[in-house]
Amino acid sequence: MADVKKLATREGYGQALLELGATREDVIVLDADLAAATKTGVFKKAYPDRFYNCGIAEQNMMSIAAGIATTGKTVFASSFAMFAAGRAYEQVRNSIGYPHLNVKIGATHGGISVGEDGATHQCCEDIALMRTIPGMTIINPADAVEAKAATLAAAEMTGPVYLRFGRLAVPVFNDEASYTFTLGKGVTLKEGGDVTLIATGLMVERALTAAGQLKDEGIDARVINIHTIKPLDEEIVLRAARETGAVVVAEEHSVIGGLGSAVCDLLAATCPVPVQKVGVEDVFGTSGPALELLDRFGLNAANIVAKAKAVLAMKK
Amino acid sequence: MDQKTKNQLKILACKARMGVLEGTFNAKSGHPGGSLSICEALTYLYFRELNVDPADPDKPDRDRFVLSKGHCAPALYSVLSLRGFFPWSEIARLRKPGALLQGHPAISIPGVDMSSGSLGQGISAAVGMALSAKHFGDGFRVYAILGDGEIEEGQVWEAAMFAANKKLSNLVAYVDYNGLQIDGTVEQVNSPLPIDEKFRAFGWNVLTVDGHDFDDLERVFAAARSCTDRPTAIIATSVKGKGVSFMEGQVGWHGKGPNAEEYEQGMNELKAQLAALEGEE
Repeated sequence: MADVKKLATREGYGQALLELGATREDVIVLDADLAAATKTGVFKKAYPDRFYNCGIAEQNMMSIAAGIATTGKTVFASSFAMFAAGRAYEQVRNSIGYPHLNVKIGATHGGISVGEDGATHQCCEDIALMRTIPGMTIINPADAVEAKAATLAAAEMTGPVYLRFGRLAVPVFNDEASYTFTLGKGVTLKEGGDVTLIATGLMVERALTAAGQLKDEGIDARVINIHTIKPLDEEIVLRAARETGAVVVAEEHSVIGGLGSAVCDLLAATCPVPVQKVGVEDVFGTSGPALELLDRFGLNAANIVAKAKAVLAMKK
Repeated sequence: MDQKTKNQLKILACKARMGVLEGTFNAKSGHPGGSLSICEALTYLYFRELNVDPADPDKPDRDRFVLSKGHCAPALYSVLSLRGFFPWSEIARLRKPGALLQGHPAISIPGVDMSSGSLGQGISAAVGMALSAKHFGDGFRVYAILGDGEIEEGQVWEAAMFAANKKLSNLVAYVDYNGLQIDGTVEQVNSPLPIDEKFRAFGWNVLTVDGHDFDDLERVFAAARSCTDRPTAIIATSVKGKGVSFMEGQVGWHGKGPNAEEYEQGMNELKAQLAALEGEE
């Protein structure tokens, strides 16, 4: 694994903004004093006149973004997920969501892998919050290649989008030259008939590892990457449930309200099969190195394998 | 301003007040007090100040208006209808299921530039519009009306700081200082006073006005246009419930509709005012 390239998804976000700057004069980028960390700083350096720093005032930033969007321009507003989705939730709901404005929220530092900063900055509830807003598109890319493509796709569509990126450098498993991003479409990364591992964000690569371990034990696992959490690709999830009869959902997010909940909502109503969630249980995070925290909170291949065996047992 | 023009504006403001009563009476809810205190300001904006066209409500170069104190929508809707954005018959359907006119301004309503109602957010949206105009070299101006209670929201001051820092001279924030909010006087609840000194400290051009005097409104909106290096805050002294005797200065009329008896009495007062104004025509 030593030669696997690792890059944080926020890096892909920065690269996409840079590309947009070269082609789209109508794109404005806002940040709230975190430009270096969110990677909007890459855009700021190249296009300083199209970048506006709102200072440490995320609520104002979100409503400003809404105001800009009413004038027909495309605007990206960035901060950490905790402040973009958490602190400014009501601004996102009322100023952006309700009028369905063309604002792209670039939220970095999602999840427990923020690491040493600890619980105050580890946002494991942003997807749950954003899912409750009618008309909000939610994208959680799995690697930097997907992050860049997702950002460019978000800029092409009209309407509010919540883009979730991570701080931690994670393996890049998509090939940039051949990768195409289709909004709202899940990606089957590995076929399999015994159980389905549905994953999003950095858990996708870990689900692939888990599928390899399951294969060694004679279990044929399907792996699906759901980068667009809302609107959910119901067709790919339903087909997997019907064909494999057992599902594990893995995400770097609370087990309450995220992708796992979305999948359960869908399957309970249409194709009830055993489902288990791999996510942050109903607890706050803690300080520590990101990789150690992912293990500590069960966000690893070993736990996906265990949950896969559990749903298989329920299936029988 | 000549007497004829002023009288015509007074007639429009009086009709707007009738719309406030009609809407809140039929809805059995709504916010008549703060609506009645901004009828002159809205009338002046839509009939004298704003570059808007009811036949083309979304024209890109129009001036923008945001009712940051969105609960005073009945006044905005009445003035928009008088200006020709939609039929007056919509006023009686205010707040009804499926009606065009929502309890708080919605961007889907012709003439409404931004959904608002969650206090403190409208001014930030107006700042975004003004920033966009400056950035892209569009010439339009942006106006927002805020409540004096509303400015207790911290977001208002985030917006104020940013607007001054970016020198948004195309932005006017009009603060309706009627002195009352839901739970009492603004001083009792959590005093935002002195309002003028706060905006001045944030780097704004600050003007004060009698919110019910059209000559004075003309003076301050002209002065705001002549300020080219800063946003302008207009602090307007007004009477909550203005024009309806039993609502004037009464905090209880912040957020309830009149009953049939109160509606009739209020409308009779406004009809008498209108007859007097029309007699001067």
